[in-house]
Amino acid sequence: MNTHVNITNNGTDREPADLSRRSFLVGSAAAGLALGYSAVPGLLGADQAFAAAGNFDPSVWYSIAPDGIVTVTCGKADMGQHIASTMAQIVCEELGANWKDMRVQLASNDPKFNDPVLGAQLTGGSWSTLMNFEAMSRAGAAGRMALTEAAAAAMGVPAGELVVRDSAISHPKSKKSMTFADVVKSGKATKTFTPDELKAIKLKTPDQYTMIGVSVPQLDIPSKTNGTAKYGIDVMLPGMVHGAVVTPPVRYGATVKSVDDSAAKKVPGFIKAVTLDDKTGTTTGWVVAVANTYANARKAAGALNISYDNGPNAKLSSESLLNEARRLQALDDSGLFFVKDGDTAAAFGTAAKVMEAEYTTNINLHAPLEPMNATAHLQGDIWHIYSGNQFATRSGAIAAGAAGVDPKFVVMHQLWLGGGFGRRLDADMMVPAVQAAKAVGKPVKVIYSRESDMTMDFSRPLTFQKVKAGLDGDGKLIALNHDVVSAWPTQRWGIPDFLSPSVDKKGALDAFTVNGADFFYSVPNHNVRAILNEMAQNATPSGQLRSVAPGWTFWAVESMIDELAHAAGKDPAQYRIDMLDGKGANAGGAQRLRNTLLAAMGMAGYGTKQLPKGEGMGVACVSSQERATASWTACVAHVAVAPSGEVKVKKLTVATDVGTQVHPDNIRAQVEGAALWGLSLAMYEKATLKDGGIEQTNFDTYTPLRMSQVPEVAVSVIANGENATGVGEPAVTVIAPAIGNAIFNASGARVRSLPITAETVKAAMKA
Amino acid sequence: MPNLNVNGRNMSVEAAPDTPLLWAIREQLQMTGTKFGCGAGLCGACTVHVNGEAVRSCQTSLSDVAGKKITTIEGLSAKGDHPLQKAWIAEQVPQCGYCQSGQIMQAASLLAKNSNPTKEEVVAHMDGNLCRCMTYSRIQKAIMRAASEMRTASNAGTERRAT
Repeated sequence: MNTHVNITNNGTDREPADLSRRSFLVGSAAAGLALGYSAVPGLLGADQAFAAAGNFDPSVWYSIAPDGIVTVTCGKADMGQHIASTMAQIVCEELGANWKDMRVQLASNDPKFNDPVLGAQLTGGSWSTLMNFEAMSRAGAAGRMALTEAAAAAMGVPAGELVVRDSAISHPKSKKSMTFADVVKSGKATKTFTPDELKAIKLKTPDQYTMIGVSVPQLDIPSKTNGTAKYGIDVMLPGMVHGAVVTPPVRYGATVKSVDDSAAKKVPGFIKAVTLDDKTGTTTGWVVAVANTYANARKAAGALNISYDNGPNAKLSSESLLNEARRLQALDDSGLFFVKDGDTAAAFGTAAKVMEAEYTTNINLHAPLEPMNATAHLQGDIWHIYSGNQFATRSGAIAAGAAGVDPKFVVMHQLWLGGGFGRRLDADMMVPAVQAAKAVGKPVKVIYSRESDMTMDFSRPLTFQKVKAGLDGDGKLIALNHDVVSAWPTQRWGIPDFLSPSVDKKGALDAFTVNGADFFYSVPNHNVRAILNEMAQNATPSGQLRSVAPGWTFWAVESMIDELAHAAGKDPAQYRIDMLDGKGANAGGAQRLRNTLLAAMGMAGYGTKQLPKGEGMGVACVSSQERATASWTACVAHVAVAPSGEVKVKKLTVATDVGTQVHPDNIRAQVEGAALWGLSLAMYEKATLKDGGIEQTNFDTYTPLRMSQVPEVAVSVIANGENATGVGEPAVTVIAPAIGNAIFNASGARVRSLPITAETVKAAMKA
Repeated sequence: MPNLNVNGRNMSVEAAPDTPLLWAIREQLQMTGTKFGCGAGLCGACTVHVNGEAVRSCQTSLSDVAGKKITTIEGLSAKGDHPLQKAWIAEQVPQCGYCQSGQIMQAASLLAKNSNPTKEEVVAHMDGNLCRCMTYSRIQKAIMRAASEMRTASNAGTERRAT
């Protein structure tokens, strides 16, 4: 269990959000933006900020203006998952406002906007709805109670006789009514709530919902159809100049030996070439060309003549990283145990059949369509940073480190994210913006070229997994050893709370490299080792890419389970169902996963349709993202495989159990997007390291899915009244194994490496 | 100092003639609805119209567009109510939204010539526009919805003229 996730049945065991009375005062909607980040001091204060997670500061989650407009401040990064709108929807449900009165704004990094469960501003893990549902609900309910009390006093009637609906409070008996605007204007809504009072509020039960479960129009969408939505790249400040980064030929470890700017000086508007001195270690060997316009900055960047020492990783390639992974896996004492159930060694001794397989995934890039960027402006003592970012708490600290100031002097201004997918959890863009602004004494907006964005990505690491399985005489899985070798993206953050103790307490491991391997199948003897590939960690500093570990662990697990089913002569779906018996710690989750698999099978016509030769269906089911936060997701992939090995994905049928649907249409959009991400990673996206550098520099060689490659996607969402779970990532993880299993059923070719290519399929057919 | 005709207005910009149109629009004219994605004509985020044709503004220099009519997302309709913009809202297309200005401008150039496209024609016309959130099926639906609305409006107009 990851130590940062601490969830009770109510979604949080911490004090829920308090509502400051300021939220009802006229004109207080912009609270917080003028304040510095007041976390604890230190170069990288983020770890200490996490330590203080239990201290929940009273917060202002929304404000009602005298015209009745309700503005919700969203502390989560909105990268297209419409989380700001979702937070507003949850508030709106309990508040009793009319949806047309709801607005959203994005929070600064003021700690009062921290996630109530995480104790920081971090958006990831498909956690946001799960972890904020209760706090937003209580905030909304408290507002309704305060408004109702004030209206009751004004009308001279008992509060208990009032009905709140559509931003109005009415008294049916006397036919008196006040709008929220009337009450706010009266200045009488002043009731405040202690944490205990907030906790005591009786929230609505699902049968009373009128907003939750309704696909209301997303509040951010109109601005994204007319060019008015502001992203980090759109920030314009008075007196601002522009920076283009020049990045070295190796991903990490280079140093700048010299910069010759004589040619750049001939570019009109060129101001300065700034060599970064990055004490945070986020970047190495970067230079920023600063000019009066970005076009000129790009020109100047191209004209700089820089010589590098390419450092210790300059000879490394994807092959070196994979070879190192194999070497580490073969050692008995490598890594740390994430799972250690029973005695696998003894069980292998008694097994009727032992099978081994190796699964790999290549480096993958986030490549959000908005290239990385940040704008830095020093005003007095305060650094103002404008950048769409998923981890304001840590990124503010990195910006402070780059500036050489205490983190409390950094204000992070959030904007809409032009894609996140985990890339904007990182803070590298803060460093060139801050140091260029410092060097030229003006606000600087730094934008990466697509080439720098791709080659300097905090990529999904190359992974190598070895799985060894023992079957008894009936084909039942009795022992499983699963080794996962990769760079450790989350360890790189340097925040102890995000690491997990190994099950034998021998050390701290990065569970975000092995989540998913602790599946819900009942396997009596089960080991999972998390093994750090130091070489990869140094050469390709990795990040969290949409779905993180389950994106590779389930590739191995769900492919291997299929291989075992075939070896045992059993239907792969039935083989899974038999192991999802819900025994012990798997109770509840296993049954939900089984039901989801059955739903997907039913929708796809699995086992009932006669398929032509060369076509097949394959199944997979996953408990992504983590055991504690799982959305239960299953897929049936239908593929056609040509004799050439060419694979055509004809249809993906995805079923997912998300507990409670806040916004059904949004869930479908997210699940479909996630499924297509899964397809893109499974079939089309591959990055490679050569001579220490990422070889792919633009969308001609790194090739995410395009419209012509989209298959039919059928999505079924199960909402059985359990807590709302995440939808942005889980469906990514179920696609690749379902496709791989379908390819086997269609052609007899077993593929064990991502992405799947015609060549590997053809080679596997012959084998 | 090049002169540009953007969204029906003549404007002069302080930039060299070889400056990509994209950056002149975004920085000199401060119209940021047109987006930078790849700088190489591979993603379509920077799509604008030049004399009604969809072009990649990152691959178009100011000297290429002298005397031509440029339309950006800000000028596609007076009130953000082009049939495609309405359809984009009705189908709730955008996720992160970053590519959507380019998607809408690319689609508008198709519907201007063909208000009854087949699915295949839509895919062929749109395949150069990447959506990293993978909203492709909603983009298709929205284009079909807008096309249908344009045909209905056009038929209604014809009928009115006939009577």
